[in-house]
Amino acid sequence: MRSGTFLIVAAVIGAVIFAIARVIDNEYVFFAGYTVLQYVVLATAWNILGGYTGYVNFGSAAFFAVGAYSTVFLHKLFPMPVPVLVIVAAVVSGLVGLGMGYLTLRLRGAFFAIATLALAVVLQTLVVNWNYVGGSRGAYVIRPQTIELFGSYIQYLFFIMLVLAIVALATARAIERSALGYGFATIRDDELAAEASGVPTLKLKLVATTLSGAFMGMAGAPFPYYIGFLQPQSAFGLEYAVNSIAMPMIGGTATWVGPLVGALLLGTLQQVATVTISSAVNLLLVGILLVVFVIVAPNGLVGLVKSAFASKAGRKK
Amino acid sequence: MNAPILEVAGLGKRFGGFVALEGIDLTVAKGERLGLIGPNGSGKSTLVNCICGTLTNETGSVTFDGQDLAGMLTHERTRLGMARSFQLPRPFASMTVADNIRVPLLYAVNARRGSKLTEAQIGDHCGELLRLVGLADRMRHYPRDLTQVDMRKLELARAMAVEPKLLIADEAMAGLSGSEVHDIVSLLITLNERGVTVILIEHIMSAVMRFSQRLVVLVSGKKIADGNPDDVIRDPEVERAYLGQ
Repeated sequence: MRSGTFLIVAAVIGAVIFAIARVIDNEYVFFAGYTVLQYVVLATAWNILGGYTGYVNFGSAAFFAVGAYSTVFLHKLFPMPVPVLVIVAAVVSGLVGLGMGYLTLRLRGAFFAIATLALAVVLQTLVVNWNYVGGSRGAYVIRPQTIELFGSYIQYLFFIMLVLAIVALATARAIERSALGYGFATIRDDELAAEASGVPTLKLKLVATTLSGAFMGMAGAPFPYYIGFLQPQSAFGLEYAVNSIAMPMIGGTATWVGPLVGALLLGTLQQVATVTISSAVNLLLVGILLVVFVIVAPNGLVGLVKSAFASKAGRKK
Repeated sequence: MNAPILEVAGLGKRFGGFVALEGIDLTVAKGERLGLIGPNGSGKSTLVNCICGTLTNETGSVTFDGQDLAGMLTHERTRLGMARSFQLPRPFASMTVADNIRVPLLYAVNARRGSKLTEAQIGDHCGELLRLVGLADRMRHYPRDLTQVDMRKLELARAMAVEPKLLIADEAMAGLSGSEVHDIVSLLITLNERGVTVILIEHIMSAVMRFSQRLVVLVSGKKIADGNPDDVIRDPEVERAYLGQ
């Protein structure tokens, strides 16, 4: 399927999802759906760097928080519509991603992962000590109750996150099928051989860190309006770093479908657990599932399905 | 002698206190088949790595096709037309055999031409190269399904996909049987007949002697012999280096 056709199909599916949510007519559906979609964007963004190039980013929460805090900053400075804030957040987080890429160009494996974790700690310390955006005490961002066209503001935020999820998935899919996707895969497989094949690995790593960071920031931009009160502990929360990694790992990192499946499955499960058991059980669930998948299905659900099809085809022969 | 494609002048490389290469001078003519031999640890792979840009030489210079390569990254050198195969095959494990060939076409060849090859052209190039090395029937396979000799062939095919002016084959025959070695040497000679200059680094002397028009010997980071293969292997200094006093 061509990228344009994919985008149209995804937009139609998105429209159906939005219509169904409106028919259900329950605000909670939009609240829960927003969170799941936010994880679709985060997981897809993480996968562009972690899955496609093999560079594991433990600092997803930092990029998410950069997006969220750029919204808080602009909300105080010069309030703008959320879609504009999303674009600004993408630029700011993309630049942070580019900077991180430059600083960690020569780092690989565990060293790269530790560096990204360090970035999150540094940024959190900066935010905690930055009074203008609320510092450690946090900042209130009062969202309007209603908005034209959508009525409820949460429906509007849900719609924005739905569009972001579609854009993120379409971008990831387009990358996968392009020369850029091949270049990313060579970095994951063997950087030395990639360079010897003419692949500019350092440049592509920067492209990956920038793109990944930009999408994570986009996911974070509407968050202050969603939550109403943003504090460093919530924006830099462990759940964002853990879920961003766990969702693609559980779904499968090799394709754009993996993060989508992982985010839908785990995100929904967490929402159900929050309502039926406790919100504290979320990360426990993620941890257990991650351990199970790493042992039983290291290539995730998509890999599991693929190998099942492959063995079925093999038996037919 | 044809015009030089590669000129190495006074090249030196140290790893801490260890001198890996010292004052290496080497000129390779266009279309030549050069054998590079030396005992383990003599600096052959280090020299290749310095030429290809994987390592940075501390002294001396490398000139390729008239262009000084100082400060140039590996992929930039590849794009100029310098290809290498690795001592241990390093295929892109997550890609099929055909996709392994596709990568240099997408990156090295497109960059050099300044225009993009069409999908049909890429398919044709992949097919042609895989037929040349005898892997056409395995193009949908993954590297993990290949035998050792097929892996070596894939390595050479991927290097050839760069459309190189110079191919450096670093121990392309290690671990292969006699007939497999014969196949690879024949393949390298075929590539050379197509106009590619080839430097072969190898321990298997029968292959080196069959392949090389000129032989260079490195010992302890220094060049000790350079000339006609038959003369070089009778050189007393070379005999001493290989057999001892």
